[in-house]
Formats: sequence, C-alpha cells, structure tokens
Amino acid sequence: MSSYDLIVIGGGPAGYVGAIRAAQLGKRVACVEKERAGGTCLNWGCIPTKALLKNAELYHNLKHHADDFGLSIDGLSYDWEKVIKRSRNVSDKLAGGIEFLFKKNKVDYIRGTGGLAANGKVEVIDADGNSELLATENVLVATGCVSRELPFLKFDGKKVIGSREAMVLPEQPKSITIIGAGAIGIEFAYFFNAYGTEVTVVEMMDTILPIEDREVSATLEKSLTSQGIRVLTGTKTAAADTSGDGVKLTVEPAEGGDSQTIESEVCLVAIGIAPVLPNNAEQIKLDDRGFIATDERYMTNVPNVFAAGDITGPPWLAHTGSYEAVQAIEGIFVDGHEPKQVGTFPACTYCHPEVASIGLTEEACKEQGLDYRIGKFPFAASGRALAVAESEGFVKIIFDKKHGEILGAHMIGVGSTELIAEIALAMNLEATHEEIEATIHAHPTLAEAVHEATSDAFGHAIHI
Amino acid sequence: MPAYLTMPKLSDTMSEGTLVKWLKSEGDSVGVDEEVAEVETDKATMAMPCFDEGILHKIYVKEGETVALGATLALILEEGEEPPADADTPPPPPASEESDSADEEKKEEAPPASEAPKEAAPQPAAVTSGGGSPAPTNSSGGRVKASPLARKMAEEQGIDLARVRGSGPGGRIVREDLEYAATGGGGSNLGLLPAGGGLKDEVTPLSGMRRVIAQRLLESKTTIPHFYLNIEVDTEPLMDLRAQVNEASLANDGPKYTVNDFIMRATVLATEAVPEVNASFTGDAIQQFGEVHLSIAVAIDEGLVTPVIRSAQTKSIKELAAEIKDLAGRARDKKLAPDEMQGGTITISNLGAYGIGHFDAIINPPQAAILSIGAITKQPVVNSDNQIVPGQRMWIGMSCDHRVVDGAIGATFLGHLKKYIESPFLLIS
Repeated sequence: MSSYDLIVIGGGPAGYVGAIRAAQLGKRVACVEKERAGGTCLNWGCIPTKALLKNAELYHNLKHHADDFGLSIDGLSYDWEKVIKRSRNVSDKLAGGIEFLFKKNKVDYIRGTGGLAANGKVEVIDADGNSELLATENVLVATGCVSRELPFLKFDGKKVIGSREAMVLPEQPKSITIIGAGAIGIEFAYFFNAYGTEVTVVEMMDTILPIEDREVSATLEKSLTSQGIRVLTGTKTAAADTSGDGVKLTVEPAEGGDSQTIESEVCLVAIGIAPVLPNNAEQIKLDDRGFIATDERYMTNVPNVFAAGDITGPPWLAHTGSYEAVQAIEGIFVDGHEPKQVGTFPACTYCHPEVASIGLTEEACKEQGLDYRIGKFPFAASGRALAVAESEGFVKIIFDKKHGEILGAHMIGVGSTELIAEIALAMNLEATHEEIEATIHAHPTLAEAVHEATSDAFGHAIHI
Repeated sequence: MPAYLTMPKLSDTMSEGTLVKWLKSEGDSVGVDEEVAEVETDKATMAMPCFDEGILHKIYVKEGETVALGATLALILEEGEEPPADADTPPPPPASEESDSADEEKKEEAPPASEAPKEAAPQPAAVTSGGGSPAPTNSSGGRVKASPLARKMAEEQGIDLARVRGSGPGGRIVREDLEYAATGGGGSNLGLLPAGGGLKDEVTPLSGMRRVIAQRLLESKTTIPHFYLNIEVDTEPLMDLRAQVNEASLANDGPKYTVNDFIMRATVLATEAVPEVNASFTGDAIQQFGEVHLSIAVAIDEGLVTPVIRSAQTKSIKELAAEIKDLAGRARDKKLAPDEMQGGTITISNLGAYGIGHFDAIINPPQAAILSIGAITKQPVVNSDNQIVPGQRMWIGMSCDHRVVDGAIGATFLGHLKKYIESPFLLIS
C-alpha cells in the first residue's frame, strides 16, 4: 500500500477544496467521504436550500404579484414533490461535478467513514463494514457538523426535524414552528410560508438574525411579518409535547413571564450545529464547546493532523471553511507560506428580501467607541430596484470618520448577497470611501446603491 | 534616433554607480567606445565608454550623483537630429520590481513632518563628514504599493512609505504595517531610523556616502589633534527675542525663525571677532580664510551631509534662514550639487532637537573648528543676587585643531559667541 502526502477526512467545502488544492500542488491526496462529495453545503445545506428558495420566491411572486406584471393566472398550482426534486437534482449535478474534479485532479475519492489510526494512518470503514488502513504524511480533518437538538426535544425525523429533513419533507406541512431565527431558521420560515404553510418562528434573542445589524434584522422582521409569518423574539422554548399528532411547544419570554402554547404539525429545530468528529479522535484536543482546537497553522495537538471548516468552530460558513482549508494546505506544502486566519468575510441570508453583511455592525461600532459615519441608501430610491419591482430594503455602509476606512456594510433587499462582494474586495484592499466614490458604477444597477450609500455617509449623495 | 546612455554594470557586484566626472560636455560629439565619464563603483573608479555615436545633447546626472544600474545618464542625438519634445527630462529607467500590476506611485518624498520639534534647530544633525560626499539618489523609479487606507494614515502621521516594509500581497503596505512602524519605528518621521525594522543580522555594503564619511572622519580623528572646549549659555534673552521676531514675522506672512538661525548669525559674528578659528592647516602654513563659509550638518537617509552657506558674513539672519532651509530640504531629497557641499570654513552641528545636552563633534577636514550645539533646558541657576532661580541654559562645545587654534583662541571665540547669544539684539543690529 503506497503512502499519501495528505488524506482529507470529509468531502465538504473545506475537505474537497483542500484535497484539490493539495493535488494542484502535486501531492498524492485521498479524500474520504462517508456520504457524498460536497458535504453538507452541497447536499444538505447551501445549495439545495437556495434552489428551494428560488422556487418559493417564484411561486410567491406569481401567487401574490402576478397582476403587477400584467399577468393573469388561473389555477396556479405546484407539485411539492417536484419542488423538492429540483433542489435534489441541483445537488446531484454538483456532487457529480465534485467527483469529476477529483478525477481531473487525481484525488483518490474513497467512500467510507474515516478515522485516525495508529502511526499516523487513517482507517476507512466502508458501507459493508470492511476496514482499510491508509498510510499518509498528513491528515486534514474536515468532518463538519450536524444540526444540534434541544435536550428535551429529540429529532424523530418526522415531527421534530433538523434542517436536513426540512429540505426533503415528503409532504408540505400545514403548520410548522421553527425554533431559532438564525439564517437557517429564517430561510426555512420564508420557504414554508411562501407555499402557504402557517409558520411561527421562536427566537430566544431579542431580534431575529441576532448577529446581523439591528436595523437590518428589524427591517427583515417587519417584512416577514407582513408576509404572514408569526415571529416571537425574546422567547425561549421551555417544554415540548410530541405525544399527539403534532408538536405542542410551551414557550415563555426569555426574561421570564407568562408562557403560551404553540401547536404545529412539524417542529424544525434550527438552534445551531454540533461537531462531527472522525472515528478514534479521542487524542485530538477539543475546545470547551466540543470543536477541534487548532493553532495558527490549522494543526491540532496531534502532529501533522490538521483541521479546517465547520469542525473547528464558527463562523460555520462554506466560504470560510474553504479559505481555511486552502491556508492549511498551503501552510503544509508551500515553502515559506504563513497560513492566514479568516479575517473579514461576508455573511448572507437568502430569504426574500435577502440579507448580506460584512464587518462591524453599528452596535459593535458603538460598543467599541469608534468614531463613525453611516451612509444609507434605500432601494426605494434605486431606479433599477423600482424597475424590477423590488424596492424593499437598503444598503447601509459604516465608515471610520478619520480616514474613511470601511468598517462594515449591511444590506437587505434584492441582490444584497451579490452586492456584498464589492465591499468585501474594498475592505480587503483597505480601500476607503474615496475609492468607492471614484469608481463608476454602471447605471441602472442595484450596485449603484453602494455608491450612493457611500456618498450619503459624507453628506453628498445625489439621489436621496 | 535619440539614444539614451544608461549606467552600465561595470563590476559583478555593482548595484549603483557614482558619476564622478563627465569627460565630455553637452554639445560634444561622442563615438562608440569613447570614454565619456568616470564612474565610481563599489570597487573602484573607472572610465565608462559610450555605446552610441552622435552628439551628447543633454546630461541628466550631475557629477557626484549616485544612480542605480540602468539609470538614464544622458541623451545622445545623431548629427543634426532634432531633440525630442521631452529631452529635458530623462525617461524613467526600467523598474526593477514585482511583476504584479499594482499601480501605485512611489514618491521619493522626504518625511513630511520633519519640521523642528519646538525649541531647537530645524536641521537635526550629528557629527560631520567631509564636504564632498556624494548624495545617493534612488532613481529606480518604482512605485510604493500601499493600500489607500495605509496611504492616508502615513500622510497623517508623517511616515515616509518608502521606508516601511509591507506585509500585504506583493509587499503591499497595509494598515497593520503602519501601526507597527508608528510604535516600533521610533523617529521614522525624522527620517533616521528604519521604520517597521528591528534587530536583524544584515550586511550592508557601503554606499558612496558612507564610504566617504568613514574615510574622512577617520582621517580627521587620526590626523587632527583635537581638543575640546565647552561653554554654557543663557538662552532666555534669545528665546524672548525669537518669540517677538516670530510673532511679527508670521503676522506679515514671513518665515518662522529657529534658534539655529540665530546661532548661525552669532557664529559668523564671533568668527569675525576671532578670525583665527576660520582657518586651515596646510602642512607648512596656516591658511586663514577671508570669508566665512558656514557648513551646517544635516542628517539624511543613510548618513549626513554638510551643505555650505557661502559668504555667510554677508547675509542677514533672514537670508541665512532661507538658505539653510533650502539646502537642508534639497539635502534630504538628495539634490545638492557637489559644490554646495564643499568649501566650508567652519561647521555647526546641532543635536539639540534630540535632547542631547553636550557633545563634542569631530572636525570636518580641512577646517580647524566645529561647534556642537546642545539642547536648551530649564535648570536652576544662580542669579546676581546669589539666589537659585529657574533659568534656561544651552551647552556649546567647540572641537579645535590644536595646530591652528590654541586654547586661549578657542576660549576667546566661545566668549564672543556667548556674548552674542546672550545679547541677541547684537545679532539683528
């Protein structure tokens, strides 16, 4: 049995990217994956949900706004199975794409559950229980995470579900309660509501999307509420009863107070994620939340065993996981490369109106006592937004007063998840407001909102 | 076809050359392989041949200037050829840096915030070197890569970006590098210390300037019998006068005078009173000079130069002030002509800006004396009523060549200098 330079355990955005990068550097690489290439992101996360959200938005638009576009539709209906199927097809296609990339880069793609074995080897147990030992110089653990459950409300895969089941429910539930209003909870809230399911969202923090800028969260909450979603913030789930047909939750204000009961057919628990460790990982040191601890080269306490992606802790995003994997790999195989840690990165929520942000929130700026200026441009004043009938939301950019350094940007509305890339680049280059203002943005575009918001911060926006 | 003469690589370790002397003048005809200039490299001074034939139309590099390999030295035109429109400015030599396509400009800017800290002289200076040291120029014409934010911060803090090490992609200077430079780089805005530097093992081959400084100072210390005098001066009257003068001057859009401007004038007057210090030992005679050509020590990147204010005895404080400001500025930009650095008869060196109390500079050969001006400090002093009161004092040191200046002469000179500084109205009358 020949030896590898690197075995990656886990084929998600951190794992497959790391494997391919190492292969590009000419190394002998294997990627061990227990389900399917692409990991959570491609199969049970980012990708299928974006497909579902697109379906939902389209349906919702046609159902409620057809007339705005001069359309008259009789008998508009949908096939739930097909709605789900399209998202599965997209996943299948992309997973096939990853498998092709493995072949193209000569990465050995090994199906099975990976684990650490003695003497720096990796053990792979396949679906039939057969075990194989592989020798390798280095290991990259990229085993990711799964949905975390509430102790008193265990997943049963039917009535009490995590995000994975939520995206392949065989039948559309008539009602659903979603515990947790982070990006995942909110996206599913939007999705189910768009198809007419009665949706209630229960969130313990005092705002939905708690890590986003408050103004954005508040705007989104208003929008979702007007779409018919019931939002209960500052509310914790105290108890649950699944004995009947559906799920009965007892919820009460997080600060204390009178409780109430919420009944629904299905309960989606979207409170966060829990780490998935490889087999025989006892020797790997974990942090106090159970995620793998790594040093500045992404190495664990075990020599030549590295880790990247969700398994190492927040922010639990595919793009940061991929970045970490590349840094880890280059740190191992490129002479003189000093691995970098994740710095500034965008975060997105793909409901409608969509949300995107990067950098410091306004609250964080206040807390840090920074001297800042804010520029805000509402899409209601954007020619393009009005032309495409998407005038909800705004672009808000925070600048440091002294030099015009970009401290953060927060957007809600159509295209936000794309527009944020401009700010990400600007922040990476340490551009200031002057560089954004000096850049001619095409007209009419949504991107102009970035330009106008920047001008607004310094008191000379033209269009508001 | 216009042909540009560039600095050739005359030795395998050569990275820059000093154009010591042009053997041809503008307008002369030159031929292939004909010697056109003498170039000093790290190894020796050698003759540089011409690579084209024609008329030497324009010389871009002055005698004494040091340039990098490949720098443009001159323009040669064919017989009867019309010069191109931009003949007066040399084209930038090929940039010798990263092939990334970053577009930022490198300006060889002198540290902008190098104005005098408060009380002391505007030109921080140190022990002198010879007058003829060539000023190294950086003409590789590259651009400093820095993020927009870093540029703004550098400008605000008076940090010269050319001196900061960049840690960003392709060596780009980013905000973090400036934060390090500002805290760790010490006096980077005085253009002396490497910003963002620190301890490291490094061997730097001697530049032309450092070579000359080394040679001349060694010569001075080993061949001139130095002795040292010093005297303490009450600067309160001078500071009062200066404040009044500056108030009036600034109100009339005039310049702001530094303490050193007044000291220059005092030195000239003291020299006129004791001309024996304005002399030079020539081996078998003492050459007395009829004019005072004041050398002023100015610290610049990599070393120091001593630009000369000629015929200082004919100039008012205003003229002296303006002239030193111009010379020092150009010294930092490495734009001094060789004749501006030669021919001084006495030198003033001022480390007061650095808080140095008292020091003894090395004589600048072939001169016979050098003054070392220290910082002005508040001290308890004994007044005429034998009381201890707060006062202002400054130490002035004088290093003398004992072959030319005896102790009594030096002491008399310092006595006059003290008188002029303590009765400053004598400086402006």
